Parts: sequence; structure tokens; C-alpha cells
Amino acid sequence: MSAPATWDEFMEGIWRQNPVFVMVLGMCPTLAVTVSGVNALSMGLATLFVLVCSCGLVSLMRNIVPKEVRIAVYIVIIATFVTVVDYLIQAISLALYDALGAFIQLIVVNCIILGRAEAHASRNPPLPAMINALGMSFGFVIGLLALGTVREILGAGTLFGVSLFGAGFQPWVIMVLPPGGFFVLGAWLLVFSWWARRKAKRGSTQNA
Amino acid sequence: MSTPEKSSAQKIIPIAVAGGTPSTPPASPTAAMIRTLGLVSAICGLIIVGAYQGTYDAVAANKRIATERAVFKVIPAAKSISEFVALPGGGIEPRVDAGDTALAPGVVKFFAAYDAGGKLAGIAAEGGAKGYADTVRIMFGYSPECQCVIGIGVVSMRETPGIGDKIITDRNFLANFNALDTRLKGDLSALANEVKAVKNGTKTNPWQIDAIAGATITSRAVGKAINDSAQALLPRLVPKLEILQKAQKS
Repeated sequence: MSAPATWDEFMEGIWRQNPVFVMVLGMCPTLAVTVSGVNALSMGLATLFVLVCSCGLVSLMRNIVPKEVRIAVYIVIIATFVTVVDYLIQAISLALYDALGAFIQLIVVNCIILGRAEAHASRNPPLPAMINALGMSFGFVIGLLALGTVREILGAGTLFGVSLFGAGFQPWVIMVLPPGGFFVLGAWLLVFSWWARRKAKRGSTQNA
Repeated sequence: MSTPEKSSAQKIIPIAVAGGTPSTPPASPTAAMIRTLGLVSAICGLIIVGAYQGTYDAVAANKRIATERAVFKVIPAAKSISEFVALPGGGIEPRVDAGDTALAPGVVKFFAAYDAGGKLAGIAAEGGAKGYADTVRIMFGYSPECQCVIGIGVVSMRETPGIGDKIITDRNFLANFNALDTRLKGDLSALANEVKAVKNGTKTNPWQIDAIAGATITSRAVGKAINDSAQALLPRLVPKLEILQKAQKS
């Protein structure tokens, strides 16, 4: 019983409640840092670390936190892990740290994380809470990568820094500028809702 | 005293009316809240201190490598660097507390670069000026022998990709900095000629920078950054060059 339950918990964030394409949460980093695949991946992994760690700690403390101060407690816990990830990225690569800029610190106000802490981690034991958080984070990573790779391919002609089209390629510069973020996000949302609708339609005809 | 009591008494009534299923459970005791907040803060404080201590060496090493790389790029002959500050009064001294500490106002930080034989190869300093999107921060290498700028590198910028960021790729633009004249006036009080970016194709003097066509604002920011930094640093630095010659790294 437990194996399929945890699997469902994990898949929840990747597909049915995908934070980027279904809930449309965390748009600030989604639009701002996805100018390249590497940036998108590292932003996603930083968020993953913060989300999983803070959900684990929130879940551990769920029985001793009085409800009046719960938001303050969650924010302190989230801010702690954001600070940790900030130091870690500085230790790994300063170039990456500069590329992500203020958006590392801004993970603290990413509504996906506080939302998970409040809606799920505070009501469930640590293991399911962390699995759910992991699923959500993977959903977020997939969302960021979907934007980052498309924008990098169109806007710079490269993928993870590897040139794809050779010297003759004229980069579509607008794709790595802010408007490009909106274009690509809009296109992905279109694809996802078309897909979800087609799936729902097929499901209903099977039931009938 | 009486008013809060009254209001709290009024607040209790709807809970009592709501009956057996308390939709709003009774308030938690203050002591429990304080205890929990204290506990959470203590745990979080420990985690942060641990992370800071654990990453301190790696972060410091990364920063040093990044600075060295930037200096080596603008002074190709350099093999080692030492950090100095130029004081507002005119003296220069080695910077000992190199790190995150902020500089006092009027103090200019620079790097003395030495070649493989320990001879002074050049001076590197940072400068910044407002570009098209944000401040363009650059590092430039100064050669005391020719009294000119011999190379630039970008420290940080948010200029438009494909347009403003040509300042790091455009060969013709970078050729401006092979020997950009930054001689001082006879009394060493300021630059003899102001370093300035001019419209593409109109460069006539060795202290002018031929701007990139279509990226004039960014080019001008580079010129202004070099000029401001050189005006502040070189009048203090040039009379004291022999100190740097002697301060070579072992």
C-alpha cells in the first residue's frame, strides 16, 4: 500500500499539480533566470534543496508549533535553508552566483515553498512530506528546464553551452531578453493545457 | 484595564455559541509560542553558522581565483598579484584585511601585478559607470612604462545581449585598449587628457575610445569608468610607483 501511495505523492507535483504549468506559481524566477539551460537547472536544484529541507524540518516540528506563530516559524526555516544554499552556490561557482543574482535570495518568497510547508508538510510525517516536496521540486525543475532550454536554443543557438547550429546561426536575441520569457512560457502553457484537455476528453469518452 | 477585559469577554461569546465543534480552537499559551520560536531560531542559527563555516574556505578561494583571473586577463604578463589601497591623503599601502570589509570613503583599491621574475608588470583597478541597463563594472590594466591602459575586462554588467555586450567580444573595440593614453599632467594632479568614448569612426587621439556603432551608451560607460577610476587613482599612484616595485612578491 505504501509504495503506490508514495509514488502518487511524488507524481502529484510533476504532473497533476505541476507548479509551473498547472498552478502557475513561482513565476518570478521562472521568467527571470531561464535564459540558459544551466541557469534554469541550477535555479531548480537550489529550489529543490530549500523545498525538501524546509518541508522536512517543518514536518518534524509540526506538533510543537502553535498555530499563531506557524507562518513566522516556516519563514525562518525557509530563510535558513536559502542562506545555506546561497553559501553553497558561492562555494561551487561565483560565475553561477552572479548569473542567478538576487533570485537565489528571493527563493525565500517563492510561494511554492511556503505553500507546500503550509498545505502539506505541516500536516504529514516527514517522509511523505519530503517525497511530496521532492515531486514538486522536480516539477519545478522540469518547468524551468523547459523554458531555459528553448530560450537558450532560440536565443543563443546553444544548449548547455554547446553550440548546435554552427557559425551561420543568427541568434534570435529577443528570446533571451525578458519578452522571450513570456513568449516561451505562453507557448508551453498552451501545449500543456491542450494536452491536459485532450487527455480529459479521451478519459470521459472511455467512461461513457 | 477594564476595556481589554471587556473586549476579550465579548470575543469569547461567539465561541461558546458555536458549541461543541470549536472552529477556532483556544489560543495557545504565550510561553509555548516563545519557547517554539526560540527553539526554531536556535536550530536555524546553528544551521547557518555551520553552513558559513563549512563553505568559508571554498568561497574565499573562489573569490581569490576570480580576482586573479580578472587581473591576469588585463595584464597578460602577470604571474602573481598583491592587493593595495590608495589613501585619500596620497599614500599607498598593502591591503591586509582583504575580504568583505568595506573600504573607507575616498580609498581606492587596486592590484599590483608582478611577472615571473618578480618585476612589476602593471596595475589593475576597477571602475564603474552607468550603462544602458545598469552599472557597467570593468577592470583595466595600467602599464607604468607606457603610462597607458593595456587591457580591459568586464567585472559585471547587464547590458543587452547581442548589442551592449559586444564590449567584451568586438575586436575593433577592444583594440582601443591596446595602448589607451592615460598620461598625467606635468604636476601629476590629473590626467593630461580625459579618456572618452567618441562616435564610431571619429577617433583621432590615443586617449579616445572608438565606440561600437549601435552600442554607444555602453561604450561611453566603459570610457567614463576608466576615466573616473584613473583620475582618482593615478595621481596618487604614479609618484609612489617605487614602493610597488620594491613590494614584489617573493
